[in-house]
Amino acid sequence: MRRINAIPTSARLGRRSLIAAAALGAFGRHGFVTPAEAAATMIRWLHLEVNPQILKIWNAAAVEFHAQHPDSEVRLQFLENEAFKAKLPTLLQSPDAPSMFYSWGGGVMRAQIETGALRPVQMDDAWKARLNPAALSAFTSDGKIWGAPHQMALMDVYYNKTLFKKAGVAAEQIRTWDDLLAAAKALKAAGITPIAVGGGDKWPIMHWWAYLVVRAGGRQALDDAKAGRNGGFTAAPFVEAGRLLKQLADLQPFQPGYLGATFPQMLGTFGDGRAAMMLSFSGSYARQAHAAADGKGIAHDDLGLFAFPGVAGGKGLPTDTMGGMNAWLVSHTAPPQTDAFLNLLTSLKYQVETAATGIYMPSVPAANSAITDTLLQQPAAELAKSTYHQNYFDQDLGPDVGRVLNDQTTALVAGSITAEGVAKQIEEAWKLSH
Amino acid sequence: MEAQSLSGLSPGAALALPPAGGQARRRRSLGQRLWSTGPVLVLFLPPALLLFTALVVVPILDAGRYSFFDWSGYGVPTRFIGWRNFDLIWRYPAFHQALLNNLLIIAVSLCIQLPMALGLASLVASRIRGAVTFRMIFFLPYILADVAAGLIWRFMYDGDYGLAAAMAHVLGLPAPYVLADPHWAMTAVLVVIVWKYFGFHMMLFIAGLQGIDPALLDAAAIDGANRLQRFRRVTLPLLTPTIRLSVFFSVIGSLQLFDLIMPLTKGGPEDSTQTLVTFLYSFGIMRMRVGFGSAVGVVLFVICVVFAFGYKRLAFRDV
Repeated sequence: MRRINAIPTSARLGRRSLIAAAALGAFGRHGFVTPAEAAATMIRWLHLEVNPQILKIWNAAAVEFHAQHPDSEVRLQFLENEAFKAKLPTLLQSPDAPSMFYSWGGGVMRAQIETGALRPVQMDDAWKARLNPAALSAFTSDGKIWGAPHQMALMDVYYNKTLFKKAGVAAEQIRTWDDLLAAAKALKAAGITPIAVGGGDKWPIMHWWAYLVVRAGGRQALDDAKAGRNGGFTAAPFVEAGRLLKQLADLQPFQPGYLGATFPQMLGTFGDGRAAMMLSFSGSYARQAHAAADGKGIAHDDLGLFAFPGVAGGKGLPTDTMGGMNAWLVSHTAPPQTDAFLNLLTSLKYQVETAATGIYMPSVPAANSAITDTLLQQPAAELAKSTYHQNYFDQDLGPDVGRVLNDQTTALVAGSITAEGVAKQIEEAWKLSH
Repeated sequence: MEAQSLSGLSPGAALALPPAGGQARRRRSLGQRLWSTGPVLVLFLPPALLLFTALVVVPILDAGRYSFFDWSGYGVPTRFIGWRNFDLIWRYPAFHQALLNNLLIIAVSLCIQLPMALGLASLVASRIRGAVTFRMIFFLPYILADVAAGLIWRFMYDGDYGLAAAMAHVLGLPAPYVLADPHWAMTAVLVVIVWKYFGFHMMLFIAGLQGIDPALLDAAAIDGANRLQRFRRVTLPLLTPTIRLSVFFSVIGSLQLFDLIMPLTKGGPEDSTQTLVTFLYSFGIMRMRVGFGSAVGVVLFVICVVFAFGYKRLAFRDV
């Protein structure tokens, strides 16, 4: 009989060598940036940046700082986004804690402050004066500044000019939520999917709700809710935002399969011209092009954007904005030279260079003039005249409540919870964690 | 291939052989035995014990401790909250869904995957032409990394550019988005699970079938038993230990299921495809609630321990 050649069911594994981590530290003291001579002070800089244009600017800043302070050395350390989030809590408690690291502010930063992992940044008046006040206030807590803001983002509604023309919709005339609903109806009537969202990742839907809260309740809404006034997150603006978003969802304006779509798929749907609008970050021209099936997406001239529409009777101003703010936070073990380096890094010179890349909006408004991309100039102008800039809700409220927000707003759009239900769930989650 | 693996095994096989000569037959005293095993113990036990303690025992104990705290992972846990984390777990509809899904996976494993694996194993274990090729084809999905399999199937199910879209296009139907549909997503995930793991169980059964003495089947045949009778009365009873093993792997696999789900659905839409581990990840780790996540981990640990020992007592009682 032929022997059946199956898997070795009782394979003798033998003794397995446990030699493993010998190569750790192989990178040794060969810095990424500065010359190899031993420096008295080491500034460890933990970042998530992968774009070579930005890294080039940062390296130049590190080299310049070393030239000015020969006893200090700046070393860049990279961690991928998810790895960064997972490892940071442990890293901050280790002797190798980074001196300065990337932050989105909000709830995570507050947790870091509470546990004494951070120290305030020593910022002089000239430094403060050149920064965007909204960014500065996002990183201010208990009257102390905890981070040096270096870049900003804004959420806008992006639209496909060709599809709008086809449906006879004029973007300039979308000023209120009702206008947007009318536009969605017109697009649907023309056989065009009005809006692309990423319901699989959930937060792209959450931002629609959050912006509606900002429009309906204004600056005061979120502060009141956090302080537990007017019923916290069950207050009128939050329920109203849910009600309005439900109105939109009832038109079934989203691409088929939107509940499973990720953010890149949402960008792809929009970039392929399979949906007419999307709510996305500044700098989304490149994003949609990258995500499109042909790698080109919508041509620059064919892409437009407008500010999120207002809400009838809402307390928010049309000039209120929502978007992200990023800063470098300083850990409690950081050498004093870190502050001086941050001052240099967020100086006008380097902010101008950052703005010129067209990748991020600078945190120094004076650097806006260096922005050449018209699709980035528009949000930069909105930001410059912003009456109140709200951080992303999921960052502001922290990862715990933020995720509840994402879950519940997506469930609202999917039709499995009411506007009141969303508000109640968020309030419960907020109470539970505070 | 076979020759290579045989030569690879030969040093180990040589080691397992008793030393040559009459020395092996002589009874050795305790002292002698200690003398020979002592250095091995001193050399090999501490590293293993240290690693096991540091990487398994300590984290388990730590997780048990953290589960009684409201802790974000920053600093040291200070807010002791007693059993509240455990109380909270039960209040999440997503947890109930996760538990239900785990049971569903076990049920599908037992009712669909196991019979399918057994049936295919009996087919490809026999001497029909191309059996080896089929065996390899059926086993291939198991070799694939879970994440890779998840990504491949995400593309297959994709209603925009995936296989599902292409098939719907050919048939002139609207493209389905199964992974985006809360009613169908779990079914789609179950299909992937069966596709991915039945090959492994098939291999278990092939190994089990190999272990059956053909003389028994021949004897039954001579006694006039037909194919079905031989299968039911001879093969199946003799395969019982393998079936028990297959069930054990199915249950443990279901409780551990994570890396297939993440690229497919991340537990969505609307938590319809959560498993216990994805629940732990998305409600504990991603929300920076290390205390809560630890509590879920403790629940999972208890379920695993109860099952492992209970199953051993029940199913392997007579072994």
